[in-house]
Amino acid sequence: MSESIVYWLQQTLNALQLGSIYALIALGYTMVYGILTMINFAHGDVFMVGAFFCFIAAVYLGLPFLPTLLLTMAGAALLGVLIERLAYKPLRNAPRVSAIITALGLGLFLENFTLALAPYPKHIPALLENVTWDLGGVSVSSLQIIIICLSLGLMFLLDYVVHRTPVGMAMRAISWDKTFVPLMGVPVDLIISVTFAIGAGLAGAAGTMYALAYPVIDPYMGIMVGWKAFISAVVGGIGNIRGAMIGAFILGGVEIMVTAFFPSTYRDFVAFSLLLLLIVIRPYGILGKPRTQKV
Amino acid sequence: MSDTADNLDDLQLEVRDLAVHYDGIRALHGVSFTVLKGEIVTLIGANGAGKTSILRAVSGLIPYNGAIGFEGQDLKRVAAHQIVKRGIAHVPEGRGIFGNLTVRENLQLATWQRSDKDEIAADYDRMLVLFPRLKERQHQPGGTLSGGEQQMLAVARALMSRGRLLLLDEPSMGLSPRLVQEIFRVIEDINRSGTTILLVEQNANMALRIASRAYVLETGTVILSGTGRELLGDHRVREAYLGT
Repeated sequence: MSESIVYWLQQTLNALQLGSIYALIALGYTMVYGILTMINFAHGDVFMVGAFFCFIAAVYLGLPFLPTLLLTMAGAALLGVLIERLAYKPLRNAPRVSAIITALGLGLFLENFTLALAPYPKHIPALLENVTWDLGGVSVSSLQIIIICLSLGLMFLLDYVVHRTPVGMAMRAISWDKTFVPLMGVPVDLIISVTFAIGAGLAGAAGTMYALAYPVIDPYMGIMVGWKAFISAVVGGIGNIRGAMIGAFILGGVEIMVTAFFPSTYRDFVAFSLLLLLIVIRPYGILGKPRTQKV
Repeated sequence: MSDTADNLDDLQLEVRDLAVHYDGIRALHGVSFTVLKGEIVTLIGANGAGKTSILRAVSGLIPYNGAIGFEGQDLKRVAAHQIVKRGIAHVPEGRGIFGNLTVRENLQLATWQRSDKDEIAADYDRMLVLFPRLKERQHQPGGTLSGGEQQMLAVARALMSRGRLLLLDEPSMGLSPRLVQEIFRVIEDINRSGTTILLVEQNANMALRIASRAYVLETGTVILSGTGRELLGDHRVREAYLGT
């Protein structure tokens, strides 16, 4: 293969890995927005706590990869439900700004609570044997393949749940207008909790995979990654699940390509500028539509 | 004319001293009425008389004072989604169609509290026979339907929950005269097949024609009641609501 093709394939692979992790987190932002028209600003920190759950499962409990992943997802899902029930539900009919402030405060709480328990960055042991193959000059690691495949698998599963199951149907109905959903016999509070559980569980999966790819974790790791996932969701069209995935892969791609051509310090500046431009051109995001007026 | 049921077995819905407040403003005060099994009862009154609030209180969407009993059981502490299971179906004002769900999904969603798969499938087919237009559009998003089709879908959807009492909030709103005729014919058909109906209408003329009994509401309270025929002939009703 010619050198430039090899180079591009390599960068595309790297972009897919980064994009997968952003996508898993972006889904949580977009699902919660879709159902409550609220930005859960604590979501990036749920991802961070997920990475720490992964650390606990792997180091203290000495679990192998798959149980670690499942335990982390379950722990994050539980955290998501607790956040919704204790912090957001009491404010559901309060002014919107109260919910935003609460979310920001919750994020700070999670960061500083974790900091109190873990003042120094933690190192995650290699849970998987990492084999690197050389495919015609493109270096492919087994970890990369696992991250990409697992993320895509979870995304397809979520897409199936949302579009093909009764729970997903109820979620979509609530996202349209939750006023009359109880008249269908649907327990709205339960569906909202399930939504938070799924979103946080996916963030937990992202935390695990991120910790495997970049094995040093700290309580502030969720801030930047969280912002980027949030921006991915907005670029894709917030509230739209497929949009969040597309937005995440675009952001991952842009970041990797920028570092390929410019000094790496330019990465976030160029990436965010491009995204701002995209938002100017398409204010509702790539797959987002202006909401039709409801009667 | 009977305001209280002579035979308690026939009593399906009993509303006693119902009061509803919105942001401190009284929407309803001391409304009492009954609906007997198999009846079509209609609530008529001008905009803001509190008709919609009554239906919303019955199906548990809003908090209230007073008592609402359904088939002998108090509904006060029953959650809205459980009230559907008890047997009350509600076609809300403005139809409440989920525009992002297909016609089929709108109908399926209303069977959330049911687990009888075969019966659900049979009911679904029945709806497509009862409303042929929905059959053509079953895979289209609800938001692409015309006003009349959405109204049919809203009624069909309510029937999918197999309620024994059907609450209808302004089913004729925004429809052409021909469609109004059709929807009222459907309401009578549904009633003949055994479903009790509580109908809120601004089209008092049509509503009173099909009603067994009717209550007239004004500023949050019942001011008049009687059989549909009696009220059609009442001079106060004629002046205020029938424009004659």
